[in-house]
Amino acid sequence: MSMTAHTAGKQVRPSQTPRTSSGALRRHRSAEIFAAWSLAGPALLLLVVLFFLPVFGVFAIALTDWEFGASSLSFVGLANFREVFADEGFRISLINTILYVVIVVPGTIALGLAIALLIESGKSFRAFYRAIHFLPFMATLTAMAIAWEALLHPTIGLINQTLAGLGLPTANWLRDENTVLPVLAGIGIWQNLGYAMVLFLAGLKSIPQDLYDAADIDGADAWLDRLRTVTLPMLGPVTMFIFIVVALKAFETFDTVQVLTQGGPGHASEMLLYTLYRESFEYLRTGYGASVAVVFLFIVVALTLIQARVMDKRVHYQ
Amino acid sequence: MAGITIEKIEKTFGATTVLRDVSLDIADGEFLTLLGPSGCGKSTLLRILAGLEVQTGGSVAIGDRVVDGVRPKLRDVAMVFQSYALYPHMTVQENMSVPLRMRRLSNWQRLPLIGRFLPGSKAVAAEIENEVMRTAKALGIGHLLGRKPGQLSGGQRQRVAVGRAMVRQAAVFLMDEPLSNLDAKLRVQMRAEIKELHKRLGVTFVYVTHDQSEAMTMSDRVAVMLDGELLQVAPPQEIYADPDDRRVAEFIGSPKINILDAKMHENGLASMAGTAFAVRAPIARGSSLSIGIRPEAFHLVDSHGVNILTGAVRLVEHMGSDLFVHLDVPGGDHPVVARLLAERAPQISSGQTLHLGVKPERLLLFAADGKRIRPHGQLGATVVRMKERLQ
Ligand SMILES: Nc1ncnc2c1ncn2[C@@H]1O[C@H](COP(=O)(O)OP(=O)(O)OP(=O)(O)O)[C@@H](O)[C@H]1O
Ligand SMILES: [Mg+2]
Repeated sequence: MSMTAHTAGKQVRPSQTPRTSSGALRRHRSAEIFAAWSLAGPALLLLVVLFFLPVFGVFAIALTDWEFGASSLSFVGLANFREVFADEGFRISLINTILYVVIVVPGTIALGLAIALLIESGKSFRAFYRAIHFLPFMATLTAMAIAWEALLHPTIGLINQTLAGLGLPTANWLRDENTVLPVLAGIGIWQNLGYAMVLFLAGLKSIPQDLYDAADIDGADAWLDRLRTVTLPMLGPVTMFIFIVVALKAFETFDTVQVLTQGGPGHASEMLLYTLYRESFEYLRTGYGASVAVVFLFIVVALTLIQARVMDKRVHYQ
Repeated sequence: MAGITIEKIEKTFGATTVLRDVSLDIADGEFLTLLGPSGCGKSTLLRILAGLEVQTGGSVAIGDRVVDGVRPKLRDVAMVFQSYALYPHMTVQENMSVPLRMRRLSNWQRLPLIGRFLPGSKAVAAEIENEVMRTAKALGIGHLLGRKPGQLSGGQRQRVAVGRAMVRQAAVFLMDEPLSNLDAKLRVQMRAEIKELHKRLGVTFVYVTHDQSEAMTMSDRVAVMLDGELLQVAPPQEIYADPDDRRVAEFIGSPKINILDAKMHENGLASMAGTAFAVRAPIARGSSLSIGIRPEAFHLVDSHGVNILTGAVRLVEHMGSDLFVHLDVPGGDHPVVARLLAERAPQISSGQTLHLGVKPERLLLFAADGKRIRPHGQLGATVVRMKERLQ
């Protein structure tokens, strides 16, 4: 009996083995696929709901004449974009934004690096300096903006009082169209400085001492030579990162404009995100606002792509 | 061309003393190796020679010039770092040019963009390029000049680091474990190449390593360091055969030297491990000492007697032409290791009782404090040489 069972088992097996194993393989694969989807699924769902759908929605709205709350809308093609680029207000807003970025980004990088180098070269109070420079980045900007408003007040503000006390000319900083943008940019630098500085400090810490030693032996031991031969090139990646982050933050500046100037005087301090907000939610021209948002999105995506490109090629020295 | 005189160097970091009273004369054109275990202060001493670290006490002279307080770039030294320390953003060509550019071009001529249009800078730049090219060719890295360090293998990086040190034609070459990041095969090859380089350049080399085979194969003299002290400075053969200190004997040689505790008796006999050894040395009766025997100093004998260790074989390791026999001897904590020629010692198996003889002149005697005790009338080779030099 056992004999027959044995032979039977033997006969069956050759034909069955491949089938069962390929079935097991398929079952194994589908289990794997299931696991993959169930792990990636939630994140993917969130990404679609929170990012792709809204972006798609904005693109769609930009092609219509929808007004916020209106019950009807019609497709207008690229009319909104045509209007955006023909609009003097938008052009001023775009130019203001670019000027603002062009002041804030190099200003933040240069000052942040300078302070980081100073802190790094000093021996005492490092943690203290680091903390006070980092504070503005942590604080709520709206609250800080009110403090700035008080400082910049034309008559009782500390800045004008000091200038007057020194016999220097004063200005109505936030109401003068020549000073308002540089002043906002100054506040922008002040706000981002700590962030840049902390990143630069971390970057400086990670430069191997060996490189400085090699520079000493090679004769690059003067302050400027060390900076040029070792420090600055080694800070390349972190500088690039700061550049992109600060540029993106500068493009998105909204709260200082909203709290301090409302885009005024005239359009002198109007910036992209503020224009977008005003068109969409104050004037309720949602279609127009959406096309501003699309332009804005393009700028942000372009910046991010530049980062990816330049980072890989130029700064990581591969 | 320059020798180096190191006089009574001390170095402390806060409360820890890293170098103690280090004195050393290095001859012009010599290949001297600083050998010692990790953390003994080799790199610190080398960095003091380079001027990267300031000594707490003592003085360094390169050539006939005392260089204490002189900046590294004015010391006429070149250095190869363990990590190679190549500038990652520069090509091989640029890396190797740095020492020359810093020395031959003025601040203005080194400015980016404008610099190259200033008078004279073009000629100097061409000259630098030529020299870099020549050095690179000599090292076999001529085809790599356009690459960045990130695109090179470990061995190629090592050559670039040597090249950067070489272009300047400094009088002294300092190398801090330049081979420790390479695989075993490449290390043996580079060992020969560095030795070759030393012959060709004829300048003074100070080479730091914790690898005794590097030290033994490359050096004119080896300086053995331990815990911030120089224990012995001598040619490789002498370091091995005639160590001044028990710690030197233990550090050099693989398998390690056998050290056995012994007690001195009358009539020149010392007892250890259940046997008596004839010792011709001025040692007081009753004092304890250690006796060192190199594994290859043993030879097989038939029966027990004076100068013969007897024990049970614990383990036999066949190494091809040699056998390593581990022998349990009475009173020893560790087995004694003997290295025997395979053809002379056939058929040894574990558990067997073995008699190993040692010629008296191959016994190395050490006092309780680790200092070498030499037989009557015999001076250490180092002392002999020093005496000759004084006369
Ligand atoms: N900057 C420093 N501050 C404090 N202690 C230091 C410093 N540099 C070195 N030391 C200490 O000095 C001792 C010797 O260091 P050194 O680097 O000279 O050792 P080494 O012999 O080169 O070791 P290795 O073979 O591991 O490179 C070590 O104990 C180390 O901790
Ligand atoms: Mg070291």
